[in-house]
Amino acid sequence: MSKIHVTTTINGDESEFLCTPGETLLDALRNRLGLTGSKEGCGSGDCGACTVVMDGQMVCSCLVLAAEAQGTTIDTVEGVAEGSELHPVQQKFLERGALQCGFCTPGFIVASKALLDHNPDPSETEIRYWLAGNLCRCTGYDKIVRAVQDAAAELRQERTPA
Amino acid sequence: MPSQAYHAPATVDEAVALLSGEPDARPLAGGTDLIVQMKSGRNAPDAIVDLKHIAALSGVHRNGDGFAIGAATACTALKNDAALAAAWPGVVEAANLIGSVQVRNRATMGGNLCNASPAADAVPALVAAGATCLIAGPAGEREVPVEQIPIGPGHTSLAPGEFVVEIRLPGQVAGGGDAYLRSIPRTEMDIAVVGAGVNLVLDGSGTCTAARVSIGAVAPTVLLVEDAAAALIGSKLDDAALDAMGKAVSAACNPIDDKRGTKKYRIAMVAVLARRTALIARERAGAAS
Ligand SMILES: Cc1cc2nc3c(=O)[nH]c(=O)nc-3n(C[C@H](O)[C@H](O)[C@H](O)COP(=O)(O)OP(=O)(O)OC[C@H]3O[C@@H](n4cnc5c(N)ncnc54)[C@H](O)[C@@H]3O)c2cc1C
Ligand code: FES
Ligand code: FES
Repeated sequence: MSKIHVTTTINGDESEFLCTPGETLLDALRNRLGLTGSKEGCGSGDCGACTVVMDGQMVCSCLVLAAEAQGTTIDTVEGVAEGSELHPVQQKFLERGALQCGFCTPGFIVASKALLDHNPDPSETEIRYWLAGNLCRCTGYDKIVRAVQDAAAELRQERTPA
Repeated sequence: MPSQAYHAPATVDEAVALLSGEPDARPLAGGTDLIVQMKSGRNAPDAIVDLKHIAALSGVHRNGDGFAIGAATACTALKNDAALAAAWPGVVEAANLIGSVQVRNRATMGGNLCNASPAADAVPALVAAGATCLIAGPAGEREVPVEQIPIGPGHTSLAPGEFVVEIRLPGQVAGGGDAYLRSIPRTEMDIAVVGAGVNLVLDGSGTCTAARVSIGAVAPTVLLVEDAAAALIGSKLDDAALDAMGKAVSAACNPIDDKRGTKKYRIAMVAVLARRTALIARERAGAAS
């Protein structure tokens, strides 16, 4: 079986890797590029732990073939913080205790940031529907929703000129 | 996950050649069914032919009074097309009940149709709307009504090498309105226990002059129920007409018992759901006339 050569932009940097035709993007990120932030909770699109943003749209990387990443731009949880400075979504997850085991957290962080990137002031209902594809077995979701609301409020303040 | 080759053709002709050239080549649209099936071993294609790089297959285009939706267009993009969402809200809503935001950013209506699940959410809405699909294959192109594609769970009437290029919707007429509802135990991320799509046209007096009623998850394929439409046509959707429609959809069912619902429940529920759907379609038709 011949390997496929893929060139993509990941978290702003040009990357290349070789993959097999049936390999998923999640496996390529984790096993070929060492980007183990994205998690495999289910491998079937149900849990969202593998969420990444591909050409501006959030997707389950377990349901994308690595070969499909050719020429795309991919943002993973590793690119959310700016160096050692946490993104407000990450900071508020910490402050609100919106994580316990943390397995679901990378997916929630990527999905929550994607929501706020396109809707700076979501209602609680909008937050809950947007995050319906991310499962958490520990927190009960409420703390996650509060963290997203806090992060939204902080980002709106940052955007408003003083 | 086995698969011997991945191809990303740029034209319809190349895709036809690839799909008819390999013994078990499969088209790939969003992959939200196919990749899951490849992982579980239910499907082990020799080659994958990714349709998303064919320009003609992406996006929503005007087609006379109606619309041509490229088969590789993700469900999220349908919502972003204001004219389509205004003309066919039932179809756009049905496609946007599928899965989660992550899933809808990839999943297509063409994949929903060709996966041939009896519970596919977009399909009853498309059937009710009178949608057709343009198919390309080794013998050239043909256009067939959407309801003729699925022939049983997981099986379609597509010949080897054929694939859906676009889904075509007519223009919605004055006084027309469509709707789709499904019943699930949760609010998101579940598979329909029962689904119903209704498209109808009202004249100035509120009398129904045309209707199509389609039901999902209650038979091996999505069904177009002509008796149910006949019960509505000529009426003002009074209780008697809605009851008759409900009886017709229940009579058309041939459901299974499974963990999501019993046969008995599905047969009873489809009448309730079709009625609710018809009332939403009526409201939309009234607003459009
Ligand atoms: C977490 C999750 C939740 C889901 N929830 C729902 C739901 O609520 N409702 C629902 O209906 N479905 C649901 N699905 C199933 C799936 O998302 C839909 O059926 C979706 O529309 C499939 O589209 P796709 O583009 O991803 O298809 P793919 O997986 O790419 O393809 C599906 C099948 O169709 C064939 N195919 C694809 N495109 C074409 C074409 N143009 N011509 C010929 N054959 C083609 C493929 O070869 C394959 O056999 C869910 C899936 C997941 C993972
Ligand atoms: S690992 Fe991809 S959705 Fe669960
Ligand atoms: S914190 Fe454990 S699954 Fe969410």
